[in-house]
Amino acid sequence: MNKKWQIELENVIKDNKRILTNPADLLSYGFDASFGQYKPERVVQPLNREEVAEVMKLANKHSIPVYPRGQGTCLSGGPLPLKGGIVLDTCRMTAKLIIDSENLTAVVSPGIITSKIKEAVDKEGFFYPPDPSSAHVSTIGGNVAENSGGPRGLKYGVTGNYVLGLEVVTPEGEIINTGGRTIKNVTGYNLTQLLVGSEGTLGVITEITLRLIPKPKSRVSILTVFDDLMDSGRAISRVLSSGIMPSAMEIMDKHCIKAVENYKPAGYPTDAAAILLIELDGHPKAIEEEAQQVDQICREVGARDVQIAVGEEDQKKLWEARKLVSPAIAKIKPTKISEDATVPRSKIPEMFDRLNKIRDKYNLELVVFGHAGDGNLHPNILADKRDRDEMKRVEMAVAEIFEAAIELGGTLSGEHGIGTMKSPFMEKELGTMGLAMMKRVKEAWDPNNIMNPGKIFPEKGQSKLVLTE
Amino acid sequence: MKGQSLKDLQQKIGYKYTFDCVQCAYCLPVCPTYETMGIETHSPRGRINLVKMVAEGQMEIEDLREPIEKCLGCQACVTACPTDTQYGRILEGAKEVLNDWEKKSISKKITEKIVIGKLFPSSSGMDMIGHIMWGYEKTGLQKLARKTGLTSLAPMRLGKFEQVLPSPVAPKERKSRKNYYPAKGKVQLTVALFTGCIMDSMFFTTNQNTIKLLNHAGANVYIPEEQTCCGALHSHSGEANEARKLAIRNIKAFEEYNIDYVVNNAGGCGAQLSEYEHLLSEEPEWKARAHLFVQNSKDISTVLWDLGGIQLLEAKEEVVTYQPSCHLTHVQKVTREPKALIETIPGVIFREMKDEQKCCGSAGIYNIVNYEESMDILDVKMDHMKPTKANTIVTTNPGCLLQMKMGIKREGLEDSVRAVHLVDFLAERLLEN
Repeated sequence: MNKKWQIELENVIKDNKRILTNPADLLSYGFDASFGQYKPERVVQPLNREEVAEVMKLANKHSIPVYPRGQGTCLSGGPLPLKGGIVLDTCRMTAKLIIDSENLTAVVSPGIITSKIKEAVDKEGFFYPPDPSSAHVSTIGGNVAENSGGPRGLKYGVTGNYVLGLEVVTPEGEIINTGGRTIKNVTGYNLTQLLVGSEGTLGVITEITLRLIPKPKSRVSILTVFDDLMDSGRAISRVLSSGIMPSAMEIMDKHCIKAVENYKPAGYPTDAAAILLIELDGHPKAIEEEAQQVDQICREVGARDVQIAVGEEDQKKLWEARKLVSPAIAKIKPTKISEDATVPRSKIPEMFDRLNKIRDKYNLELVVFGHAGDGNLHPNILADKRDRDEMKRVEMAVAEIFEAAIELGGTLSGEHGIGTMKSPFMEKELGTMGLAMMKRVKEAWDPNNIMNPGKIFPEKGQSKLVLTE
Repeated sequence: MKGQSLKDLQQKIGYKYTFDCVQCAYCLPVCPTYETMGIETHSPRGRINLVKMVAEGQMEIEDLREPIEKCLGCQACVTACPTDTQYGRILEGAKEVLNDWEKKSISKKITEKIVIGKLFPSSSGMDMIGHIMWGYEKTGLQKLARKTGLTSLAPMRLGKFEQVLPSPVAPKERKSRKNYYPAKGKVQLTVALFTGCIMDSMFFTTNQNTIKLLNHAGANVYIPEEQTCCGALHSHSGEANEARKLAIRNIKAFEEYNIDYVVNNAGGCGAQLSEYEHLLSEEPEWKARAHLFVQNSKDISTVLWDLGGIQLLEAKEEVVTYQPSCHLTHVQKVTREPKALIETIPGVIFREMKDEQKCCGSAGIYNIVNYEESMDILDVKMDHMKPTKANTIVTTNPGCLLQMKMGIKREGLEDSVRAVHLVDFLAERLLEN
């Protein structure tokens, strides 16, 4: 028997093909790239803001939870339908992709795949810098909701740094606009930035105005090899304090290097303790000089080898190996727990040390890579979901990783968001009152708590990470 | 499903492979059915998750049917997958389980029994199709049937496809094929041709042209008579046992000859031949023999390319685009050679179409059993083909060839565009000695 709200829903979304009801469809919208499988009661695929508004009004009236979802690439559980209700799939909202060359902005619909925006912008000679690894899969709406990052965060910041304005449907079904199309905009509270990274707990994003910048003229990539992890840490600080701002600065530990070489040999030295991949972009003359400087600095702090790649092909090769890290480490064991704890970059060597201790203490396959330049590390634990004992150790290890990050003055998340996985640790980072203020904001926006409930804020009694049933 | 039976199910359905999927979604943008149907249920990640749900007893087997049956099996997701998840194995397992489970509807059962069980594995059956097709055209019955609309009454839209089938070859000509054709000039290789069932009945000329090209390139060619259907359609419909029997017959047939390679000219058949080792992995007696067979199985394009190509005539200028067979691209991983061969032809202007590696929607008998879905996928393909302004679409698989012909017809481009198998395209320009 259909419930009253389910019958009403069919009057709201007239094209009933866009309301999914069968078990296979419901289960297909019950997961993302993190953990857990749930079953919503309905999946709805709206095409425009009006349909979203109608769905929200209906849900608000009946107090039905609504979970906005893009392509489900989230690593922290953002779109998981924890409490049944409606999954609101925004992937079909793709009508708009308008580039305003004069004002260097783009207006886009939330369902558009981020790389499509990047390509369109590139064609016009501009640059949209945020580049999460999932950019060729994930939607811009999801990127905004999770405030996604990527390797270029060091120089260019994260998604939020490029959002000028939003059109949002509130949990009560009202359509509002925040921010605008101007670079400077200080009118009132900055609701735009409040909504960026709010993980779908405050509203449904239905349109985004993005800031674009001029395209850098050229780039070089540099591979540096270290025999001592601490030296690589020093190289990061020395390069950055020398006045050079690389566009990316990626680190891989020895476990990653070995995994990549076992998977598809890229010519990385397997006896190295760490390698740094540095990318510089800008005016060709400027980066030529900077590349020499980086070479010198890295050698001074003990780099065993420095290779500078200028040509497109050579650079591509260097970065392809970096891209292989994920698949390569997945060969170690099938279940991959990818974290994004971030520390002030001066603390990177110390964080590495803590991670190594955690690795030994819990006897786990823990490897580290990440965006070293901005302190955003990706400790990855490779385990097997079917091994209950191992997963228990993973839970404890992950908790300890979070604690280490916070103790070193860092944060729980650099780019993946909080979702369901990190909510138990929020108070540790923000303090009781800090978290309570966030909660008050949430309550003011969403009085019936229907917007993506169960995310960011810990549920009663939820004090630790749970990966096992 | 409880206890032991759930364990059996997990074994059969390839549950263990599902754990390799980290649900990153990288397969979504390359999946043709996700593109046209727009729901996660019809994406590789979605399907893998559903297989897992069934294996864990969280969903009924029957609920898996539609998502699995609507999969083209093109395996583009396997190429895109960063963790190397064996989607093909998962799909195969799911099909086998669904096949076991199914209480088939009568018409489907009959069609499958006749088409798959009897016709394809038997050379006389295939010959019969060839003969009937020939007689059908020659007697004027075809014209009559088309005129009266009789063809639209054929089951499962077969009528639609009947209109794009190639002209059949007379029985006499078919009968006159020899078992051995020696190389012209210096002998570089000795090979045997895998003729395939559909290829040999409906695309007999293509097989003859394959032999001609091989001879010209310096290869002796044997045509083993004992060979049979590759078994792809059986595997894809969950009839693994039947597929195993056919594999064994083929291995035996080719082992008789002292050859360098078994050459095939159909992407789908070639992919199935390359699966023989996996298919027979549980049979100790056959595993090693299958390994050798797989090692020596080659697509015509790689053999011709390795032999240094063939001397071709300069012909009038022609704009050509290429629709790769999914099974050639994603299973056999042959991508370079067919294009390289096309590009070396004097007078050819080659233009790659957008997303060329995406399935055209043919996929075995997918376009017959899932007609509407297949046409949606074909429409996307044609939208990518048109901007190339090609006069010729070259394909490497009979299914793709018919589907492209269908696409040309749907778009009303019959006067300006043609679809042709790579082999026939090359043969047109062969420099006869």
